[in-house]
Amino acid sequence: MSVTKRTPSLHPTLVLWATVGLVGYCLLPWYGLRDNFFTFSWLLDGWPLKGSVAPALFLVLQGEKLWLAPIGILLLVPFFLWGRKKTDPLFGSLLIAVGVVGLAWFLLQGFGIGLRGFSWEWLKAIFGDLKIRQFGMGWGAVLVGTALLFLLTLGLAARGAVGGDEFVVGSIGFVIATVGLFIFMPILQMLASALVTQDGDYSLSVFFQKLFSDRLWGIGCLTGGPRCGVAWNSLFLAVLVGVITTLLGLVFALMVTRTGFRYGAVLRALTVLPIITPPFVIGLAIILLFGLSGFFTQAFAELFGVQPTRWVYGLPGLLIAQTLAFTPIAFLVMIGVVEGVSPSMEEAAQTLRANRWQTFVTVSLPLMRPGLANAFLLGFIESMADFGNPLVLGGNFDVLSTEIFFAIVGAQYDQAQAAILALVLLFFTLGAFYAQRFWLGKKSYTTVSGKGDAGVHPHLPPAFRNTVYGVAGFWTIFTLIIYVTIFYASFVKLWGVDFTLTVDHYVKAFAVSWNEFGLHWRGSAWSSFWTTMEIALISAPLTAGIGLITAYLLVRQDFAGKQAFEFGTMLSFAIPGTVIGVSYVIAFNVPPIELTGTGIILVLSFIFRNMPVGVRAGVASMSQIDRSLDESSLTLGANSWQTFRKVILPLLRPAILAALVYSFVRAMTAISAVIFLVSAQYDMSTSYIVGRVENNEYGIAIAYSAVLIAVMLAVIGIMQLIVGSRDIGRRREDGNLSQSRTNVDLPGRGQPALTGGG
Amino acid sequence: MAEIKSNAASVEFRGVTKIYGRSKVPAVNDISLHIEAGKLVTLLGPSGCGKTTTLRMIAGLEMATSGQILIGGADVTRLPATDRDVSMVFQSYALFPHMTVDENVRYGLRFSGFPKKEVIERARAGLELVGLSGYGDRLPSQLSGGQQQRVAVARALVLEPQVLLFDEPLSNLDAKLRRHVREEIRDIQQKLGLTVVYVTHDQEEALAVSDRIIVMNNAVIAQDGTPRDLYDAPANAFVADFIGEANIFPCTIESIENGVASVRLGALTISLPGRGGSTPGPAKLAVRPGRIVLHPAGAADTLPGTIQKATYVGSHLEFMIETEFGEAFVTAPDVDAPFKAGQTVGLGFPPRGPVLIGN
Repeated sequence: MSVTKRTPSLHPTLVLWATVGLVGYCLLPWYGLRDNFFTFSWLLDGWPLKGSVAPALFLVLQGEKLWLAPIGILLLVPFFLWGRKKTDPLFGSLLIAVGVVGLAWFLLQGFGIGLRGFSWEWLKAIFGDLKIRQFGMGWGAVLVGTALLFLLTLGLAARGAVGGDEFVVGSIGFVIATVGLFIFMPILQMLASALVTQDGDYSLSVFFQKLFSDRLWGIGCLTGGPRCGVAWNSLFLAVLVGVITTLLGLVFALMVTRTGFRYGAVLRALTVLPIITPPFVIGLAIILLFGLSGFFTQAFAELFGVQPTRWVYGLPGLLIAQTLAFTPIAFLVMIGVVEGVSPSMEEAAQTLRANRWQTFVTVSLPLMRPGLANAFLLGFIESMADFGNPLVLGGNFDVLSTEIFFAIVGAQYDQAQAAILALVLLFFTLGAFYAQRFWLGKKSYTTVSGKGDAGVHPHLPPAFRNTVYGVAGFWTIFTLIIYVTIFYASFVKLWGVDFTLTVDHYVKAFAVSWNEFGLHWRGSAWSSFWTTMEIALISAPLTAGIGLITAYLLVRQDFAGKQAFEFGTMLSFAIPGTVIGVSYVIAFNVPPIELTGTGIILVLSFIFRNMPVGVRAGVASMSQIDRSLDESSLTLGANSWQTFRKVILPLLRPAILAALVYSFVRAMTAISAVIFLVSAQYDMSTSYIVGRVENNEYGIAIAYSAVLIAVMLAVIGIMQLIVGSRDIGRRREDGNLSQSRTNVDLPGRGQPALTGGG
Repeated sequence: MAEIKSNAASVEFRGVTKIYGRSKVPAVNDISLHIEAGKLVTLLGPSGCGKTTTLRMIAGLEMATSGQILIGGADVTRLPATDRDVSMVFQSYALFPHMTVDENVRYGLRFSGFPKKEVIERARAGLELVGLSGYGDRLPSQLSGGQQQRVAVARALVLEPQVLLFDEPLSNLDAKLRRHVREEIRDIQQKLGLTVVYVTHDQEEALAVSDRIIVMNNAVIAQDGTPRDLYDAPANAFVADFIGEANIFPCTIESIENGVASVRLGALTISLPGRGGSTPGPAKLAVRPGRIVLHPAGAADTLPGTIQKATYVGSHLEFMIETEFGEAFVTAPDVDAPFKAGQTVGLGFPPRGPVLIGN
């Protein structure tokens, strides 16, 4: 039986993309607009004839920007395939030709002709000086570029790439194109600009002079000098933080799994706090407690009659703040691994006459190696990338991330210097990334198989257990003090000077009143607050979407170059936010992609910074969905898009939730990349708060932080309610569906393994 | 009232090879086969022999590296699974856990362009056929293993595919249920006249359900024939040993006349039907354990041996007997036979017992 499907004369996918391309070419403004596209004010602003809002077709017809004409012609070519089937060799070949030629021309004209005519000397040499200039690409160009890309992938699919599946080839093409455009291209441009001197020439000697300067690599502090190089500072701090957070993470994980500790759930809930806390808030609290006018400093000074000092600014303060901020991440990594060690391994060791301590050292600990390595790597990268804490707490202890910031926003404005510092930072994180892989090697550490494992983890030896309790108890109390301080300080007039309670800070930041136009958001924080919400809400679903598609390709499809593909998509995890910020500023400041100062650049930076989280969450839960489910859907006549939509997505609901919540929260709390990308129009909460701190307006900063934390708690709760309750209707009576076995709940064990730098 | 019909078509492989990724060893090496419409053919072999790869190539889940695949005479070599008119029942059943039984059965129909009413009608008929009417609203997790299996069959059947594929469908069921379900599958196949390709590594299951069995080993077809052919006249030592158990003895063919070979086994001379390709000279003899008759020591036309071990297993006796050609495994249906360990006996070979096999 097969119902004859209606076969249209032209392949439907082809019609779709050719039409999209033509709409972009003939109807939408080709160049970027000064106003928001979606206000549609451009329709009244001289469209379609006026140059700045005209579609490409009208530009060409008016004799302007004639280099756009070939693209229009190429978009018409696919219609010559009328009546041909997808299996026809000409079908695929022609589309591949259209796609390749079109994209090549598209990029060539985009990069080749910029604000000052030809951008490249050799073009000037051949064609002479070009008097016409062009601006950054707009929505018209975006649609055309997308259409050309998907026509190319359709052509490749028709020629049999990846089993001839349009959806899969298209997705691969899309992910490669976007990752290339928004991760690799900016990084490469940053590399290139590291070679440019202040005068605009290329110079290797200046580059090396800056790269190996004393400011970066000096070792003065070892020989009694005032300070060491910035690079050494960052490295030293990052290694310390990595080691300490890993050890603390291990301690907590052991406490929850191996001491009969009954409040593990509470501990897990506590770990949510730092994830929803903007990273520098901990730094603020440290200042409130240990700063010059800090609570403990003052108390200590009064008790012992000594002068209060600024001891906390610099390495000690940074170490405390970062350890507090990143330990929960290490805990989340470690708990997964510690629980993953099969109890039967440990039981086997015990029956072989090893005592508890020997079992722990010889069996449990070595099996936890991947967790230790992962936790260390995360702590290391987080510390390297952390921007907020060094900014508020750093004192004279300069680190790379803040140094980069001052190179680009400071009086010196030295893009090359920023690029070089970013390179050093990138070198450290990628180095750590590789060192970790090298250390783990190819050994297998998986001990839990699909089969049920009835054993229980042995408890720790009593002496060790008491140490663990002690450390954990101290840490927990300290964390609680920090959060109580934040809450309390937001109601205090002026910390350290005047402890009278007041709601002034909240009023100043979040006042709302009525005026003749209705509701008036009078508080100073509202503008950045709503911008942040908007950007976070837009970027969260996009991040989750591209992450899950990538995960689907990685887990379910085989294609040439898959390893490189995987590496490319995970790379942004090892790229600190500061580096992303700098590279975006450098790459997207000039045509063809001119995005600085817009909200789009913020959204893009969030998508590609947080993409690995979506990928990880997707990979983790997709690996638990049996592949035969897809296959049976395929043999039942669904195509791979329908399979993805009807079978995989519904089963991935927990992963989707995790990715959504996580990218939302990350967008709300991120600072390192954001600080470079915000503009007057699009200011984000975090950069607003940092600005207040720099102006010594601690009250507002802390009140705002407290509000952010509360908002994020509420959002997480609501999202969990929405997604969770829908599940229940369906699965009330069964406990063993594959999806309920996934461990990607929030705060899950696997996914926050990727956080990148605040 | 919708009825499930059959659109049975033949399947043909012409020199098909499958090499996975960069592996040098083919998973399936240059095999050709032809499966007639309306027959149940089993692919049988040890794990890793290429039988599942072959099945997945019929489904379109794997693409052949070279060669041609035809279904119902049409070339489908390059067609992906979605576009082939083939359904498959998976080892794990692969029921979508987030859909009810009804939704599962309707799933394929929805993508085949049937009007909604017919989708419902056919799904109902499909469930009725497997005896699960009234279970439509349940979730797969609320069904027993056997019921899940039947839903999977119904889901595949309602599409009335040209070919229905089973990938070790019984391996997740317990022994008693297995016999029952395999008979159901055979009944439905015969009632509807379906073309079924069935993969299993259980030789008993294969013998019981198949019209024809294709035994595979090391990526090639070891033998292709009816169950009886395979059991009574295995083509080589692998098939003889894989299907049931067999004792393999080295022998010499002394002469072949009119298709009857005169074979020397130690001091014995046996006359057997010669097989294509057998020539005078050294050869091998396969004998099923049940086709050796034990006689008292020294009886005429017997091979001498010593009983190493005698085991009572309820329905019969099992003996390990040391002979000049190594150990022989013999079963005797008479549980009261007076043979004990340590005793010397004579092994007799009745007609239709031993079979000449290739190397």
